[in-house]
Amino acid sequence: MADTSLSAPEAKLTPGLRASLPVLVLLIAGFLAPLVTVAAYAFATPKSFDVFRSFTLANFAAIVDPSNTVWTSFVWALALAFCCVAILLVICYPIAFGLNKVFGKWSGLVSVLFVFPLFVSENVRLYGWVLFFIKNGVLDGALKWFGFSGGPELLYTPGITLFGMVYVYLPFMLFPMTLGIAMIPRDLVDAASDLGAGRLMIWREVELPLAMPGILIGALLTFVLAAGAVAEAKILGGQSVITITQDIEVAFTYAQNWPMGSALALILVLIVSGLALTAMARIDLDKILGKR
Amino acid sequence: MQTVGRTRTHFLIRAWTAFVVLAIYLPIACGALAGLSKGRYFAFPIRVFSGEWWGKTWDSFEIHVLVQNSVLIALIVTVLSVLFAFFGALAFARYPWKGRRAFQRLLLLPIFFPQPVLGLALLLWFNALGISPSWKTAVVAHLVWIVPVVTLVIAIQVFSFDPVLEEAASDLGASRLFTLRTVTLPILWPGIWSGALFAFLLSWGNFPLSLYTAGADSTIPKWLYSKMVAGYTPMVPALGTMSTLTAAALLLAGGLVRLLLKKRADLRAREG
Repeated sequence: MADTSLSAPEAKLTPGLRASLPVLVLLIAGFLAPLVTVAAYAFATPKSFDVFRSFTLANFAAIVDPSNTVWTSFVWALALAFCCVAILLVICYPIAFGLNKVFGKWSGLVSVLFVFPLFVSENVRLYGWVLFFIKNGVLDGALKWFGFSGGPELLYTPGITLFGMVYVYLPFMLFPMTLGIAMIPRDLVDAASDLGAGRLMIWREVELPLAMPGILIGALLTFVLAAGAVAEAKILGGQSVITITQDIEVAFTYAQNWPMGSALALILVLIVSGLALTAMARIDLDKILGKR
Repeated sequence: MQTVGRTRTHFLIRAWTAFVVLAIYLPIACGALAGLSKGRYFAFPIRVFSGEWWGKTWDSFEIHVLVQNSVLIALIVTVLSVLFAFFGALAFARYPWKGRRAFQRLLLLPIFFPQPVLGLALLLWFNALGISPSWKTAVVAHLVWIVPVVTLVIAIQVFSFDPVLEEAASDLGASRLFTLRTVTLPILWPGIWSGALFAFLLSWGNFPLSLYTAGADSTIPKWLYSKMVAGYTPMVPALGTMSTLTAAALLLAGGLVRLLLKKRADLRAREG
């Protein structure tokens, strides 16, 4: 780590290290320390607050116990996150391509239209979908008005939970993907085309590999955020699906079993950060963010 | 033949994008409708429109407190995160130093992290420190997530900045502070402004972090959620719509100011 050099008395404080210090302190105190606390609680006596004073594997034993069904929450969370990523790849690719090559001077405005929902809290937007899909809501009411028998019952199902996740995490896939596609040099595509490559071949052999770092970041970011999602399952899904984050939340709040909640959180964090770190090791941020 | 195919593909891409944009704004429109209908329960098509619930929301004392909390948190988060992120962005993009790549990766981790889990982890940590959660701890929680985002936003501007300008100023005898004020800051202003705008709006709309770390204090998104789960009133979509419109107005005003800043920075760069 960079900050270890501080302890050496003769170490020089380079301008870069000095500029990084405020953020480093914030992230150590506000991000790494809480994670260490979670890890410590995961090994504390179940249903106690004896953090740093007891060490037991009882929480993990309870999780892997066959009578415990908490593994279904893990499966749901990861399966939903996987489907969410797959669907968003298909939805976002044409838009990201359009932002780079089709919309021209309009692409700034289109980007703003996609950024803005990030500033509206997700529960407000998800609740809008409840009003759309609910009985006597916008869809149901409109269909009845046109003389149909009413809308389908879509709310409070696993499918609508997935729909909500796709909806909320769309910008997190779209923007990294757009940055990735921006890294394709135009002359390379033209060269391939001049040499007689077909459109599908250009896409597969030239465009896709060059855009891959951005697409990978988008997929990873969406997967990680979706794996920890909870609002979609609660507001739209009506708890027809219990995601892992909801189990963690229940352990921390109603059940007052912090060690159990921490053990579950630790497993989720390990899955998520394992993925994030492996993919990040292969990505050059300077290039993606446009260093000259 | 090729151009016909191309025109058709471009048309399909435009149509698809328009469809997705409409789908993104559809629930926001539904919320706006529900807030403007008369009566306690929502039914579509709306029979009578009225501003009744907007009026009630506007006059409610409970909501005044929420708005104050949200504004206060967002303002503090904006000021602090711009300060942190300005130096963070220089470390991220301007200086070549030994720990830079590790720093870049560490900075991304809070963004690549599910926010509800981050909120719960912070709750545990505050408890271990003996701090009872309140709006102040919510500020810290927002900072952990928003500072990295703002750092990236400013870093993009720093990448497009030529360090030779700074060196030239110092060769001509300008002090460090003078260089910062007259060369570095004016060029970076558009990025800093965007970062500040992002910080305010992300804090204003944040729900998962506030839910777990604000303790007994409530913010607009947190209050809305508690009413969605139990005790719907049309004040929920009304306040939701007001909050959305506020964010939209800020984004519009902020975008205009940024345009002006950028024009001035370009002008300065051409003169200098």
